[in-house]
Amino acid sequence: MSNVAQLTPENAKENTNDMIEINDSSRGLNYDENLLFEKEFTDTPGVDLPKPEGIKSRTGQPTREKIGIHQVSEPQVVRHFVRLSTKNYSIDSGFFPLGSCTMKHNPRLNEKLARLPGFAHIHPMQPESTVQGAFEVMHDLQNWLGELTGLPGVCLTPAAGAHGELAGVMTIRRALLDQGKTEKTIMLVPDSAHGTNPATAAMCGFKIRTIPTKETGRVTVEAFKEALGDGKDIAGMMVTNPNTCGLFETDIAEIVDLLHDAGGYFYCDGANFNALVGKIRPGDFGVDVMHLNLHKTFSTPHGGGGPGSGPICVAEGLKPYIPSPLVIKEGDTYRLERDGERPTTCGRLKGFQGQFGMHVRALSYMMSHGADGLKRVSEDAVLNANYINAVLKDDYHAPFEGPVMHEALFTEKYQKQSGVTTLDIAKGLIEYGMHPMTVYFPLVVNGAMLIEPTETESKAELDRFCLVMKKLAQDAKIKGADYFHTLPQSAPATRLDELKAAREPKLRYKPEAA
Amino acid sequence: MRYLPQTQKSRDEMLETIGVSSVDDLFVQVPKKAFIDGKANVPDHMGELEVERHMLAASNQNINAQSNRFFLGAGVYYHHVPSSVDYIIQRSEFLTAYTPYQPEIAQGTLQYLFEFQTFIAQITGQEVANASLYDGATSMAEAGLMAMRVTRKNKVCYGNDIHPQYAEVMETYLCNNEGCNSYSVNEEPSGIEEDTACVFIQSPDFYGKPHNIDAWRKACDEKGALLVVVVNEIVSLGMLPPPVEADIVCGEAQSIGVPMSFGGPHLGFFACREKFIRQMPGRLCGETVDADGKRGFVLTLSTREQHIRRDKATSNICTNQGLCALAFTVHMALLGEDGFKQLAVINHEKACKLADQLTAIDGVTLKHENFFNELAVQIPTSKNAGDIVQQLADDYGIIAGYPADDNTILITATEITTDGGMAALSNALQEVL
Repeated sequence: MSNVAQLTPENAKENTNDMIEINDSSRGLNYDENLLFEKEFTDTPGVDLPKPEGIKSRTGQPTREKIGIHQVSEPQVVRHFVRLSTKNYSIDSGFFPLGSCTMKHNPRLNEKLARLPGFAHIHPMQPESTVQGAFEVMHDLQNWLGELTGLPGVCLTPAAGAHGELAGVMTIRRALLDQGKTEKTIMLVPDSAHGTNPATAAMCGFKIRTIPTKETGRVTVEAFKEALGDGKDIAGMMVTNPNTCGLFETDIAEIVDLLHDAGGYFYCDGANFNALVGKIRPGDFGVDVMHLNLHKTFSTPHGGGGPGSGPICVAEGLKPYIPSPLVIKEGDTYRLERDGERPTTCGRLKGFQGQFGMHVRALSYMMSHGADGLKRVSEDAVLNANYINAVLKDDYHAPFEGPVMHEALFTEKYQKQSGVTTLDIAKGLIEYGMHPMTVYFPLVVNGAMLIEPTETESKAELDRFCLVMKKLAQDAKIKGADYFHTLPQSAPATRLDELKAAREPKLRYKPEAA
Repeated sequence: MRYLPQTQKSRDEMLETIGVSSVDDLFVQVPKKAFIDGKANVPDHMGELEVERHMLAASNQNINAQSNRFFLGAGVYYHHVPSSVDYIIQRSEFLTAYTPYQPEIAQGTLQYLFEFQTFIAQITGQEVANASLYDGATSMAEAGLMAMRVTRKNKVCYGNDIHPQYAEVMETYLCNNEGCNSYSVNEEPSGIEEDTACVFIQSPDFYGKPHNIDAWRKACDEKGALLVVVVNEIVSLGMLPPPVEADIVCGEAQSIGVPMSFGGPHLGFFACREKFIRQMPGRLCGETVDADGKRGFVLTLSTREQHIRRDKATSNICTNQGLCALAFTVHMALLGEDGFKQLAVINHEKACKLADQLTAIDGVTLKHENFFNELAVQIPTSKNAGDIVQQLADDYGIIAGYPADDNTILITATEITTDGGMAALSNALQEVL
């Protein structure tokens, strides 16, 4: 027996001489929460279901006996997840300047509307006459996205941004096949691109040719021409605009003309559409295909990593090739495209009609903002980023000349002189109660810090962030790297050992050797 | 403009700090021709009340499943979700968090993903599971691609009646890869060809029939193919034997915790043998310790993923279905061992009762005598299944099922199905036949 006090039926009511130690780390509002599977197994589950009648099984298979799922009551389940929630940072609780991710306010109205029984409890294969209202929402959303991008062909089915990229690149591939241009096997991708761009192009069977952008942060006409060569084998170009350095591609008009002359298509990654929405139409600077992240620009919640939604918008000439099914309006009636109705489609990319729940939320957001509000969105987003850029540029190294669009990019260059890295700055922000920016992306600068404030922050929030950043720059000089390595101290966890996780992968709970 | 906190005063102050006179000075790099002249051609902003009225009117045009006269399944199922599930997933800290890139302030998300992976592995009888994929159809497609990576072979085989939309998505993903193709063997394991990367067996299949995989396992081993079991009604695994012998088990877990929502967001799951973890698509959450030695969780094995490997990644997936995975985890935690099994049995018993009532109608038979909760109901050849389903919707307000072919309607019963609902369907079907 240890000499640490434990409650047993025998000693529960007695004074003890043993040392009393509280072994868990729950203190104040910081909870130590074990795994669900480590709680006491309850006799009855957290649901009350009717008792089965004992009808003889007609599955034709033996009936499963023990599964090994844990069992707890409802109050334990609720407390477990509420306690876990307190270990998360969220946009509702604070500033979340994660570059390329557009962490903006998520209006609750959108949640309420997506849960209306007429939206939440309808089935994707009901007779079309019984879901006209749902088709109306999708059709309206198609129209809004077409208007805002200047790209009239809209397909809502992709489930997330990367899935939208797949839809868009497959559309290009299908168009090239239709034109018999099988020699076009190369996709041009700048080195500043999101990793999903080359991964998607490779998934579609294209070879990647990289356009270097390290010098200026932008694709220059010169670098583009060199990558283009004679253009015969070029299928297209995937560019994020504004790009991942927070800059608008100033030479884009000239570059796109050259690309189009060579028979290539311009795919624009729409992750950064928040800088343009309501003010600038990508279709008007030469974009042929673009995906939109409804979970970024149009405020559907990120949910800790999904669900997202990544519709694509294409120019008139590519409309025949986009994935099916589309929502079609005939007179006053809506319907889905029939199988085989558009033989040139690149196919079906997802079960059913896409992330409809996200479509409802995004449309509700767009209607709330309207044409006037959406223009304000991009203007405030760009204003906020430029403000941060202006306030911090003496404390942090800005690798490229401004003005920036909706993101400000800095590097660790100045802090590195004291041995303090981008990761250290990130952990320092956590210590001061803020979510870090995107770190080490884009890859074209060393130790990138990509800051996207979005339009839903007040000047007071931006000022506090800038003050904390200035304080960290000061700490880097005065306290040095050793101090930063102890951060964060006040978060629910201290720095985690990622190497151990990868070397000894433990991906599920297993009961201690029973 | 209720979502915009900046004031004219704050905007002016910020412009002064930046050193420009107007916000348009910040957009000087954008070509003039790309600016919208005035405002976009969409309506101006609306108040919350107006938006709500508009959406409510649209939603009221739809017949929803709460009518109690709803029997449609075919890969998407209407189940009861306990109230606490939706309350928990609407907590700000879960709803409005990002992918857990900064684990010190995302342990909530990471721990539930670890619990989700555990539940999926337990239910499917597999060694490991990932942190979710978009939906059942894309998870099957990803399984096909993974099997081709693992075996270095280029064909996929449909062993039995796979959900047609799942097969369509597989075809779309396949056509990207030169020389890759697919074929069907109509439930004949002996028909598996050389060069087959994997065989897909859906259980219960699209027509609702559960399958035993033993013969498939043997046939796959002979040809060096992986056996992939696809499940799109995960509640069935509360009653049917787990596909332990499969190499990959993937599919749709929408039935637990996630509403139908007209087809999405749903919840793709992906489980497999441990030896394949470095070939898996999607996010993985793993256990580790923090600097104080305390247990914690992180996203791991990310060298498979696009943000590191770029064009050599195992998949281009970035975002998954995090919040739906939370809904599943909370619902499964509430069900527990007894609840999950009981739920499955109730589903099956309801289907048994419905089968008896429907086959009592003259000329109505079942395509398969074995089923879990979905029946392939065959009607007389003089009638068309699509017309009957439409007529039942128009004249009776009954969403009867899915017309799988000219004479077959897929009809589903779940724990939600009532005796009154079943009687209404049987009576109406009798009248229209």
